[in-house]
Order: sequence, then structure tokens, then C-alpha cells
Amino acid sequence: MANIYPYGCFTHAVVRSIPESFGKLAEGGEGFETDLAKAQRQMGVLTGALRQKVGLQLIEIPAVSELPESWRIEDIAVIQGDTALITRPFKQQRRAEAEAVRRVLNELKLTVVEMGDEEGGSGGATLEGSDVLFTGKEFFVGISKHTNHRGAEVLADTFKDFAVSTVPVCGGSRLKNICSMGGPDTIIISSGDGAKKTLRVMEQLTDHHYEILSVPEDVAANCIYIRGPSRADYLLHPTAEECPNSVPVSNRGWSVHIVLYERNCALPSQCDLSGEKHAAGINFNYTNECCDTDLCNTAATISSPCWTGAVLSLCSLALLLQLG
Amino acid sequence: MTTEVGSETDVKKEPEKVPEVQQQTESQQTDQPDKAADSADQPSSASADQPQEESQSAEAKSDPEESASPEPSSPPAAGGQKKDKGISRFLPPWLKRQKSLSQDKPESTAPAKQESVEAVKEEHEEASQPKEETDGGGAATASTEQTEEVKEVKEVREESRAEEVQVEEKEKEEEKSIGSADTQPVREEKEGESEVKESEEQKEQEEEKTEEEQVIQQETSVLSALKLNKKMKMVVCHVTLLDGSQFSCEVEKRAKGQYLFFQVCEHLNLMEKDYFGLNFKDNAEQRCWLDPTKEIKRQIRNSQWQFGFSVKFYPPDPSQLTEDITRYLLCLQLRQDIASGRLPCSFVTHALLGSYTLQAELGDHDPEEHRLDYISDFQFAPNQTKELEEKVVELHKSHRGMTPAQADAQFLENAKKLSMYGVDLHHAKDSEGVDIMLGVCSNGLLIYKDRLRINRFAWPKILKISYKRSNFYIKIRPGEAEQFESTVGFKLPNHRAAKRVWKVCVEHHTFFRLVSPEQPTKTKFLTLGSKFRYSGRTQAQTRQASSLIDRPAPYFQRTSSKRISRSLDGAPVVNVSDYSQALTAGAGENGPSLELNSDSKSSQVEVAEKPNTDAAASITSETAFETDKSGPGAPDKKVPQQTPPRPGTDSRDASKNAEVKPEVNGQPEVIEVVEETVVIEEVVKAKPKSPAPEATVTVNAEHAADVKEERSLSSDSESEEEAEYHAQPPSTSVSTQLIKEEPEEEQEAELTQQAPPSAIEPQPITEAAEAAPAAEEEKPTVQLEEDVHADEPSVTPDEAPNGHAHPDEATPTLNAAAAEEEEPHIVNGSASRVETEHLPQVICCSEPPVVKTEMVTISDTFAAQKTEISTKEVPIVHTETKTITYEAAQLDGNGDGEPGVLMTAQTITSESLCTTTTTHITKTLKGGLSETRIEKRIVITGDSDIDHDQALAQAIKEAKEQHPDMSVTRVVVHKETELAEEDD
Repeated sequence: MANIYPYGCFTHAVVRSIPESFGKLAEGGEGFETDLAKAQRQMGVLTGALRQKVGLQLIEIPAVSELPESWRIEDIAVIQGDTALITRPFKQQRRAEAEAVRRVLNELKLTVVEMGDEEGGSGGATLEGSDVLFTGKEFFVGISKHTNHRGAEVLADTFKDFAVSTVPVCGGSRLKNICSMGGPDTIIISSGDGAKKTLRVMEQLTDHHYEILSVPEDVAANCIYIRGPSRADYLLHPTAEECPNSVPVSNRGWSVHIVLYERNCALPSQCDLSGEKHAAGINFNYTNECCDTDLCNTAATISSPCWTGAVLSLCSLALLLQLG
Repeated sequence: MTTEVGSETDVKKEPEKVPEVQQQTESQQTDQPDKAADSADQPSSASADQPQEESQSAEAKSDPEESASPEPSSPPAAGGQKKDKGISRFLPPWLKRQKSLSQDKPESTAPAKQESVEAVKEEHEEASQPKEETDGGGAATASTEQTEEVKEVKEVREESRAEEVQVEEKEKEEEKSIGSADTQPVREEKEGESEVKESEEQKEQEEEKTEEEQVIQQETSVLSALKLNKKMKMVVCHVTLLDGSQFSCEVEKRAKGQYLFFQVCEHLNLMEKDYFGLNFKDNAEQRCWLDPTKEIKRQIRNSQWQFGFSVKFYPPDPSQLTEDITRYLLCLQLRQDIASGRLPCSFVTHALLGSYTLQAELGDHDPEEHRLDYISDFQFAPNQTKELEEKVVELHKSHRGMTPAQADAQFLENAKKLSMYGVDLHHAKDSEGVDIMLGVCSNGLLIYKDRLRINRFAWPKILKISYKRSNFYIKIRPGEAEQFESTVGFKLPNHRAAKRVWKVCVEHHTFFRLVSPEQPTKTKFLTLGSKFRYSGRTQAQTRQASSLIDRPAPYFQRTSSKRISRSLDGAPVVNVSDYSQALTAGAGENGPSLELNSDSKSSQVEVAEKPNTDAAASITSETAFETDKSGPGAPDKKVPQQTPPRPGTDSRDASKNAEVKPEVNGQPEVIEVVEETVVIEEVVKAKPKSPAPEATVTVNAEHAADVKEERSLSSDSESEEEAEYHAQPPSTSVSTQLIKEEPEEEQEAELTQQAPPSAIEPQPITEAAEAAPAAEEEKPTVQLEEDVHADEPSVTPDEAPNGHAHPDEATPTLNAAAAEEEEPHIVNGSASRVETEHLPQVICCSEPPVVKTEMVTISDTFAAQKTEISTKEVPIVHTETKTITYEAAQLDGNGDGEPGVLMTAQTITSESLCTTTTTHITKTLKGGLSETRIEKRIVITGDSDIDHDQALAQAIKEAKEQHPDMSVTRVVVHKETELAEEDD
């Protein structure tokens, strides 16, 4: 049932292995060298953390080499409560990824809502899960290259209890690439210009108050907040290696277990960029300031036991489920 | 004086008229004894549960009437049916003339004063504010403004004529109904013109009530509605209640919306009624809210007298409602909303809410009794599926043991989280012609495209809302990055739709954001168009009022689905006796008395206790919404009667009263205070038009009434094409807004504060102040003092805010105390009202570091005043001090740390009518940079809250304008409120 569990309570995670064809057709096209072995290693770390540290039931869907991007399973479904919306990715070739996911979700007894496969089905709607941020109180849908207004409307029709607001995502990235939830009422967001613009719109549209934790790198903003079955709070975030400037922020910010995992470097462009770009001392200062202001609040928020909200079910690379 | 003459003629004419009327009535009565039987049938049917028959008869009654006299002022056309009618038609124009004469009174005195005031003001404005021009009236030059003012006054006069006509008609009616040649009212008028005028309103109400009573009593004797006098023109209203049942009641044809509304609330035994309203379908089949302050007939026009009772303001947190019955009604509304699809929700939520509905209405799931089909008469969703019903039943089983009240509460807890909860949607198009929806809710205005939220304007971000023809505009406060305000326009399907959405916005903003209903600012009077304002209680006030509800939970049946619910509520059963007791005790009076109590409470919130107001004041207030509320009872009578505890609830009331107003001298006073408050408001509104210092109380009162009337009329009129509503005083400064706005988080606290019935006036400012992050140390800066003034009816306060503009002479009749003070006080025009409040405000605009030690405390001055004042029959005053500090976000941290080298310091003090401005300029040298810090301490002395808001806004604006190159970094509002102590 909706709204019974506090935000972030998950019981299951669904992931999909990285296929051999990884990187061959990855977005970004040619020119980027991908390291299959490294990616698989990172995926291993992630799944390990989810299973052993956080204690979720992990369901791993085997890779299919015809679907090189199928490991990005978060794009394929948006899950809130016991309703799962199977999305309609922008790229034609990715739509086949839904089949396996649908099967798993059905097995988990979720109410599966289809967006429609046909071109005319939803009027050309496209939606990818990585453009959807569920805060526990409302949805934000990033209007990007991958997700359009029609797609957001379908989402709104599916999750009628919640306000669905559309926000712009600049620079061709995805909403989840610049922000994610760091706690029940905390949004972690990159401090980049595009992200700031997105944040402004979010603040404009929301009825609620969120603590904002801004981090210098885009990558660092891609976190997963989980309230595990043991009722401990976890924040999965990228490693210090990936975003060196953001880690101090993170470590000081939370009084929860922090699991460092090596995230996908499938988009190597970002990692490298952020690493170099934010290495400067200036950024570090900024980070500190950020800690002094936002973090205290953040910590307080998280430690308070009485927040309420509904259940978020979608995170990077894993579909997180909460099942009774 | 012309005034005198006018009123005398008034009086003289009156008697002449009366006899005619009486004769006619008598003749009618004598002529038509047989018809009494007919009429008897009708009333009885009305009270019975036979909606259909009723409606038929009602239509029969009303149709001819309507066709015969569509407009009171229209010349007698057919004149065939009834003499009375003909007469009544004749009366208006005739009486109008009288009225205009009498109206001259205020005017004649006013003009001179006005002009001077205006001129002064103009100078101020011109000198200092280019901004205001955008806001409206400001653009006018002094001369034009003056002329405009005059026009306004004239308008008022005209409007007032109509009203007067009404009043007099009613008087006559009363006489008629009495059946004796009782010319008492007339005589009274003769005796004291001023009194008469003051009391006109009162009389009107009294008469309405008496009329009604009489009507009821005499209906048998008085014949069929068709043939009768005006007073006999009763119409049966049909109200569809939330549970789907019909409620019918007879109202006088000219009754205002609130009369009917109160009838309904009384029928429902509902006390927290401010969240609700009546609506009707206009000719275009659009649902419109019935304005309580206006005549029903004018609003519904040719539509049927068929209304719906529904929730108007959805409380964001239903758990804060005081009574279960209120929550129950809200549940009923939400069930309707959900079933109709207005409130969309997911399958799971439908099931959950449905299960609570079952639990509330059927109690625990009983497998024997409750087969699956037991829920088939419930509608849980627009498209109800078997699957949903199964889920509902499944969940229903899990609620075992939950009482109906708990189930309702759970229902609401879940429903309130829905994103569309409490959102009033209106179709519109954006500037590019794209279809969108405007959603008005407690937080602001939401813009949807299809189902997606694409924009949102919280109330604090909105500076002004207006409409023009079919366009609806909102002016947006500039964001951090932007420099200029922007205006967003929407295209509504038609003019009426634009006006409707505008009205809804005005009402929602006032209800949810303000502590007390806003009083229009001066500029509004200079603009054409609707003067509509929400005049009911705000949420803060209604919470305050309901926190004082002290009655046993009323018994009510949850019968929305027409099933006989078993008595599941523990409490209700217990209370049945009470309920019945109340019924017996107060069938007629009890309801009203309860309402009155609540009213008085609310009034307390707004207005500090006011010692005795004379009858005039109370009379005046009748126009006001609150007074009218009590409509069914005799309002005038109330004033005296309220004091004694009512029969049914006496003990409770007594205790309540005691608790509520320990500090109030006498309860009757309290009641009056309420009314006074109203008066004040009205006066304030009227002020711009007739800032006549010499005007007597009477005049003011009348004016107020007139103004109000005018407002409503104008908003009614089709011709009006546009209107504006400033969410805040026209001079917009952030701090002002902050002050006006009620901090959400603090509401609770404030409420508790307000709740003490104590004479304290929790004024918006005060509250805001408390809520705001107060820098306690700054106390000296702004002080709001509430002095108790035994005000003479003299001056109208509206101008007070712009106190600078006021010449001292403006308040010649003021009380001695005020006069003696260095700082001239503007006394609110409200008649004989004793002012408890007195709010000096000091605004400190300075660069970051504020030199606290240098602030001057001005409170001593006021202390002196207080003592003086207290010699009047005002209770001893205690002073409560509150300080608010607003600091600009960009405050530099380093300012505090480094004092720098003081180069120069300079203090300038200037005084004007109601403000004293102390400017303290310091120049310091910090690390090679010289910094100039200007502190302005502005003491505002005056009466009603709003004046202070405006004054504060004005002061801040001026400060900004005087030093355009400087930024306001801190505003400290220090408000001193005086608490009246019990009986001193």
C-alpha cells in the first residue's frame, strides 16, 4: 500500500548483468574506450553491497548480448509502491529490454502497467527511468533527450496519487545523472550550472521542503539511499576515486553506513571530466562550505525517525523494490 | 449643514410613507384572511421532507415575483398584482434621493479634509515612488486623484441609496407585519439623526430577523406569498447536502447568502463552518460560490434556488479540525470528489480510502452480514471494478476495532496527501494558446498541462492578481536573479470564468495566508472594478475560534449511503443527551448563540477586547459578515443578550466565556468588540473616500456600510471588467510581505497565542514577528504598541498607514489622550470604538552590523499615553513586546566581526502624524573601505493592524527610495501590544 512505509524502505533489488557487448553500442558512440572487465568488477561490487551490506534480496537478470545497454535496468521500469510502470525508452533497440524485466516484476506480484510498445500507443511517448526522481512525496521527470512530455503524462496517469512535475535537464544528460535522493527529504544534486537550473525549477514546483546537498561533481550526485531491512540507513555513492571532491561532503554528512562502491564507468567521459575538473582547491573550499550549512541539517533530518513518505523504487542500475 | 437637512427630510418623508404602507398591509391582511390557509400550507410543506412538492410550490411562489420585480429600482411596470409591490418599487428612487442627501453629510465634511490629505499624500508618493504607479492609483497626479476620490464618494452614495431603500422598506414591512400603525422606527430616526443612521444597519438586521420571526408566526395570518408585502416574499431554498440529502428552508427573498448558509450549518449542527460554502449553478451551468455578504437573489439571478453545500477551503491538515463532525463532512466531500474523478488517485489509494469508508459507515467487517455485495452501493472510484471491491473488503477486514471517527481521520490522513487534494481546477490557456489548468490551492497557484505540473506560484511569490475581461494575470515577485516583477497572463474561456478564478484566488490567499481578512488599500479605491474581498474568517481565525469550541461532540449519523448506521461512535451516544438538550434549549436560539460565541472568539483574535461600544458601533457592524452570520437570531438583540449564557449551553458558555475572556471587562463588550472589529474594517475601507475627520461616528458607520455595499454591488455588476487584488500592500518590500504573511510553521503557536481570549490582539504583525527568527536584542527598534483609546467616532483610520500624509488636524475629535501626545494618533473612525491597540513600529534599515546600543527605545512615550488612556474607561494596559528581525540573506559575516573605525555619526529625528522617524547615520572605516550605515527607526503609532502593515511597508519603501544605492539588510519589527487586564 502506498504511503505506509517510510521513504527508502526496500526489500528487493533487481539488477542486470553487463553483457559482453558492453560498450560497443553504448551511448556516446565511438571514441570512448570502455573497459568491460572493470565494469563487470564494479557491478560486482554494487551487487555485493546491495546483497550483503544492505541486506536486500537480489535478483539478477542475466545479460543478453544483443542488448548492450540492458544493464541500465533502471531505465526500463519505474516502481512506486506495488505498481511498476514499464517504460518506453527513447532508443528503439532498447525496448526489447523490457521483456525480461516485465517477467521478473510479474513474478514479484507487482501491478505492472504498460506504457505501450507501439509507436502510436502512447502518442510517441518516451520515458526512461533514469529521468525520474521520486522523492517520496512527488515525482520529478526530467525532460531530456530520452524523455518527453507525453512520457511524463503517462507516468502521471500511472501514479495518480502524486504530483508529477516536469523539469528541464540540460546538456543531454539524465536527471539521475545530476541528482538523486540522499535521504527522505534530501536531494543530492550536482552544483553544475545545468543542475542548478534544474534545481531551481524543482524548488519552484514543489510544495515540499527538501534539504539540498550540492556536490561538485555530477557523478557524485548519483547515489542510492536505502533504508535496509535492518532499518539502518545506507547511502550508496560513487567512490572517492571517481569524485574526490565530493567524498568529504558525503562522509561528513551522514551518520549512516556508507558503502563505497565503484560505480559504472560506462560513461567514462563523465568520470574523467569530473575527476580532473574538480580537483582544484577552489572546489574543495566550496565543498567545505556546503558541509557547514547543508549537512548539519541533513544529518538531523535523517536521524529523526518520524519522517513519512512513500516508497521509492528506482535507483541507479538496480530496481529496488519494497514488497510486503 | 446640508447633512442635517438631508436627514431631516429623510425622516419627514418616512412617516408619510409609512401610513400608506400600513394601510395597504392592513387592507391586505383583512382582505385576505382566507388566503392564510394557503400560506400556512406552504410553510409547513417547506419544513417537511417533501422536496418535490416544496420546490413546486416554491417555484410557483417565486416565479411570479421574480418576473414582477426583477429589480427593486425598476419603475413599477405592471403594478397589477400587489399594491405592496408597486409601492416598494416606487420607494427606491424616492428614497434614494433621501439617501443621497443624507450621504452628503460625510461628503461635505470630508472633501476639504480629503483633499488636503490627498495632496499631502500625493507629494509623498510622487516624490518617492515610481513603483506605485505600476501598482495602480499611484500614477494619478494629485489633482486627478482628488477628483477620482470625489467620484468614488459619489459612487458610494449611489450604492448606499439602494441599501437605504432596502432598509426603509424593511422598516415599513416590519410595521406592516406588526399590523399596527407602529411608527416607532420612524420616530427613532427623528430623534437622533445620527443614531438613526448608525442604527439603520442594525435595524435592518433586526428587522430582518423580526420579520422572519414574524413571518413564521404570522404566516398563517399573512396570506400567500404572492400577494404579500416584501417581507412576505419568502422563497424556498433547496440545498443539497454532502450526504446527498436535501435541506429546504425558507428565506426572505432579499436574504443574503449567509442567512441561508447559517441555516444550513445550524441544520447540520456544524460549528467549524468557515471551511464550507454554498454554491449554485449559474446560467452557464458553472458552479459559483454564493457570496455570503450579498443577496442571494442578485447572485443567482434567474437560476433556481437550488444550492449545494460543500467544502470551500480544504484544510491542509484535517487532523487539526476540532470536531469530528467537521471531519465527517470533509470526508463526505472527498468521497464525492474521488467518486467523480475530481480527486484522482491510484488503485491502491482508492482501495484504502474505500476501506476506511466502509469502516466508518459499517463498522467492523462482519463476515456473516457482509457479503461481497454489501459494498455494491458504495462508490469508491469513478470506474469501480470487482477487483477494487475485493481489495476494499480485504482492507476493511484489517481495520477491525476502529471507530468511525478514527476511520474518518485515517481516511483524511491519506486523502490529504494526494497531490490534487484541495486543488480547485480551472480551464485556461496560456499566453501561447496552449490548454492548461489553473489550480488554486492553499499554497498558491498551480499550473498544469494535462496532468503534469508545469509551474507553481506560491502565494508569497505573487504580488498581485487581477483580471481583465477574460484574462487573468498574476504579477510575480522578482526572484533573486531577476530585477523586475513579471506578469503572467492566462486566458480564460470568458469574462465570468476569469472573474471566478480571480475570486477564488483572493479567497484562498486570504483564508490560508493571512491572519485576518485583508482590508483593501487605498489604491484599490481608485481603481475601477471589483472590490471583492474575502470577508469571512481566515483559517487562522477559524482555528482559533474552533479551539474554543467547548461543546460535547455533537451526535450525528453517518448516513451518506443512506444506510442506517449502527451507533458505532462511543462518544456520540454519550452525547445524545447533550444534543437533545441543546436542541430543546436552543432550537431557535441555541444555534445562533453558539455561532455568536464562536464569532466573538474570532473577533477577539482580530481585535483586542474593546470596552463597551455603543449601540451604534454594533449596528454598523451588521453589514459586516460576522454579524450577519448570526443572522437567524436577532443580531441586535444579541448584543445585550449574548452576555447571559444561553439556556442550552449556559454552563458551558459561561465557563467558556470566563476562560475565554478573563481580561475582558464584560462579555457583552466582547461581543461588541467583534462587531467593532468589523466596523473598523469597514471604516478602513471607506476611509479613502471619506477621510472626514469631523465626521461623526454615525457617518463613519454609515459609510462603512455603504462602502461595503458598494463593493458587493460592484463586484456583482457585469459591467465591471477587471479588478485587482494585491496580495500585499502595494508598496512591496520583502519585509512587508513577510510581516503580512503568516509563517506556516508558526501557525500552531500563534493559534495558541491567539487562543487565549485575553484581550491581547494577536495581530498579524505580531504573530509574524514571533514566528520570524527574532533577534531579541533588537527590541528597541520597532515597537508596536497598542494603546487603548477611547476613540471618538471621529476620524477614519484608513489613512493612518500613510501617516505622513495626515495632517494633525485630521483627527480633531480624537480623544484627548491622543491629542496630547507628541505623536498624533489617528483614531480609527469606528464609532465609539475603544482602541486597545496601538502599534508603534520601528524599522531599522541598516547595513549588516546593527549597532544595538544606539537604538532608542521609544516605549516611554507610549507609557505615558497608556496611563492617560487608561483613565478612560479602558482597562489597564499591559504591554507585550515582540520583536521580529528580518535580515537580508546576503548579510556579510564579516560585518559583525569587524567594527571598523567610526568616522561620523549623526542622528536625525523627524515626526509626522503617526510616525516618528529617527535616522541614524554612521560612517565607519573598515579596512580602507568606508561604509555608511543608516538606521531608521520608525515608530508608528496607530490603531488597526493593517494600518501598521501599510505604514511599515511605506516606511520601508521610503527608506529604500531615499537611499536607492543602499540595500536593506535588516528590518526589525518591534511590536508592543497592550493587554487589557480584567477589570481595572
